[in-house]
Amino acid sequence: MIRKDIIEKLPYAKPFLFVDEILELNDNHIVGSYTFLKDEYFYEGHFKDNPITPGVILTECMAQIGMACFGIHLLRDAWDQEQWSVAMTSSEVNFYKPVFPGEKVIVKAEKVYFRFNKLKCNVVMYNTKEIIVAKGVVAGIAFQNKNES
Amino acid sequence: MTTKEDLLLKLKTIITPYVQNQEGLENLNEGTDFIKDLEINSANLVDVVLDVEDEFDIEIDNEAMEKMLTVKASIEVIEGKLAAK
Repeated sequence: MIRKDIIEKLPYAKPFLFVDEILELNDNHIVGSYTFLKDEYFYEGHFKDNPITPGVILTECMAQIGMACFGIHLLRDAWDQEQWSVAMTSSEVNFYKPVFPGEKVIVKAEKVYFRFNKLKCNVVMYNTKEIIVAKGVVAGIAFQNKNES
Repeated sequence: MTTKEDLLLKLKTIITPYVQNQEGLENLNEGTDFIKDLEINSANLVDVVLDVEDEFDIEIDNEAMEKMLTVKASIEVIEGKLAAK
């Protein structure tokens, strides 16, 4: 695994951390993965007696890898969890295949732009059979907390 | 040479998709504040600036971006960048 330091800098924790590994990273793209645990909390209710990963969670996983991890890299040393916050600002995602408990997904994000601390990416999620699970455009912004400025 | 009216019209076209307050858009004038009057969010403010760059073929730096919160300030920034080309 590369760049474990970035995952440690993320502002998320279990049960809402959806990044295990960063596999590739440069200034233009990132590839990361996450394996959904068999007992993630949301499987209890989505759906009744039929656990399937919710689309919003897949979007969140795409954003945590394609926005948060990638954004921390692009912000270089400026990122500091005490002084900065992140927000997803838009997402348009289509879903193609279900993701079941215990399944691993790979997320690839290509930068559209990173300007004025806003990152916009084309993001694709694959399963381990290399079949597209979800695909779309996600954008997020990083901003410095007001009490620090 | 782009006139101020042309510039205002082009700016209005750029900001229109990001505006949440339609009444503010109808009453657009030099004093219009993008966030207060038009309710454009900070993420879309970035899109406005990027669209301005494409439309006028200019580059907006951080300093200029921070100024571009009203129609008047934006026109001044655009005019300044166009004049410097």
